[in-house]
Amino acid sequence: MSTTEAIGVSPGTGEQGRVRPGPSRARPPRRTWRQALRRDWQLYSLAVLPLLFFLVFRYLPMIGNVIAFRKFEPGGSVLGEEWVGLRYVKMFLNDPSFWQVFSNTVIIGLLTLLFCFPTPIVLALLINELRGRRVRRFVQSVSYLPHFLSMVVVAGLVMEMLSVDGPVNQLLRAMGNDPVAFLQEAEWFRTIYVSSEMWQTVGWGTIIYLAALTTIDDQLYEAARIDGASRWRQVWHVTLPGIRPAAVTLLILNIGTFMAVGFEKVLLLYNPLTYPTADVISTYLYRMGIVSNSFSYAAAIGLFEAVIGLALVLSANLISRRTVGTSLW
Amino acid sequence: MVTVDSTRGYRVFRVVNAVVLAVVVAVTLYPFVNIVARSLSDEFAIRAGKVNLVPVGFTFRTYEYVASDPTFWTNYRNTVVYTVVATAIAMFMTTCYAYVLSKRHLKGRTFLIGIAVFTMFFSGGLIPNYILISSLGFRNSIWAIVLPNAISVFNLLVMKAFFEGLPAELEEAAAIDGMSTYGILLRIVLPLSKAVLATMVLFYAVSFWNSWFAAFLYMSQSDLFPVTVYLRNLVAGATTGTSVGADATDMTVATNIKAVTMVLTVIPILVVYPFVQRYFVKGVMLGAVKG
Repeated sequence: MSTTEAIGVSPGTGEQGRVRPGPSRARPPRRTWRQALRRDWQLYSLAVLPLLFFLVFRYLPMIGNVIAFRKFEPGGSVLGEEWVGLRYVKMFLNDPSFWQVFSNTVIIGLLTLLFCFPTPIVLALLINELRGRRVRRFVQSVSYLPHFLSMVVVAGLVMEMLSVDGPVNQLLRAMGNDPVAFLQEAEWFRTIYVSSEMWQTVGWGTIIYLAALTTIDDQLYEAARIDGASRWRQVWHVTLPGIRPAAVTLLILNIGTFMAVGFEKVLLLYNPLTYPTADVISTYLYRMGIVSNSFSYAAAIGLFEAVIGLALVLSANLISRRTVGTSLW
Repeated sequence: MVTVDSTRGYRVFRVVNAVVLAVVVAVTLYPFVNIVARSLSDEFAIRAGKVNLVPVGFTFRTYEYVASDPTFWTNYRNTVVYTVVATAIAMFMTTCYAYVLSKRHLKGRTFLIGIAVFTMFFSGGLIPNYILISSLGFRNSIWAIVLPNAISVFNLLVMKAFFEGLPAELEEAAAIDGMSTYGILLRIVLPLSKAVLATMVLFYAVSFWNSWFAAFLYMSQSDLFPVTVYLRNLVAGATTGTSVGADATDMTVATNIKAVTMVLTVIPILVVYPFVQRYFVKGVMLGAVKG
């Protein structure tokens, strides 16, 4: 699911306003588990199926990662046959293809962060300056639209736009150039990936910032005006600090999903000709594991990727708490 | 007094801003317009690179062609079935858990929240999931699509935040009258939550409508595919078609058909979008502000 996970979770403002059921006041009487169960058994019963869901479809696969350290044979035991220690980890660390896809992942991830993180902020500021309510609503509605498309449709649109008979090549031909088979050429892949990502996500990304903008106190702008601040300085000194908590939160989340660069989109858009720039860790392990049946090897790579992702989000969160005082939890 | 708003620099800015945003709107909409034009154009005009904003050699033939493919309709019906069943299951699971998590007095609540939130940042990964679903015997069955994503933690947190914001007095009064927890949830809480329930249904329905990878991974019979996989196979077939040995006429038909299939896949979303868009936005705000 690549749809909404990057947007969620609170910007710091909401977090600070939350009332904590702390132990200081209105202390609820401490209950033993027996008392809690007797009192709230109906509530707990509602949690049984969801807990079963998390256990089976979320936590079992985590345990299933032991096959990264065990020899797995298709058709054999789900948890593998015998311990082999770090054999598969060593195998991918010594695999030049792995380092190729690793650096592709980092490059695409960095480019996406560089282009797709700041643009929603800019777009939100521009939309915020629009006066007419209906114009504003129209611009917002249109810009959200690509977010609701299936990745298959997005990939299809990209292919049509860039096909030899598509609009981009029509333009090239009109300017007297030869048509380019963009999707067959490795040097174009990153540009295509990042620009289509921007096309799809920039509008939806403005929602949180537009919400944060409405919470900025008008008195701050008034005070700035009285002090003679120009429009530009008001943006710099009032607006930007006002949306900073939201921006930091989204940055942490973006960093957390940094290694999981759009698996579905790469899978749909790449082909053997563009592997040198397009192949990322997730697509590589997909081919290794599911296409070539090297399950243990692929699981080792997947575990490595997941651990890096977790480490990234934890450290980004820690740094942000230490420096700007905003954190996810 | 000269206000800042009327300075010359600001007037210039507003013009530039309007132009920039007009370009953003145009760039966002252009691919849609182009694809609709292609879907209604003659295949030779497309191949000659003549189709841009308006159809050239206007024809409905491609639509007729796609509509006459029984696999397309089977797959379209599958998408509808998968979306309805998956959304129903997801709503049931998410509502139950969100309601439990919204009860501050509940012993073990932090732990129950932690179980869900942790999965946002760490997951088992593709391979263990694949092995799990396969060994559960879910391959080529609807369960592979509707069960593994029954709870989206983001949606769960949005709903929990909403339930926490409801006044506690009503529920307390009902409890004193001897109503069970189930009764309170069904007859007091849910009727008060229609707005958030509608939003959640939309979030889930769109994500299931759009999903393709689970079906692509676990389904091997084409009569079980959702329409997104049908479209994916068309799209992928057209890019690697040369290696399969498809002849030239097949290739051009594919261009047309791709456009039509894309239009037909997106149409349900485009039709409801203008009416439901504000619910989506509200849902995100709720999640963002209350966490």
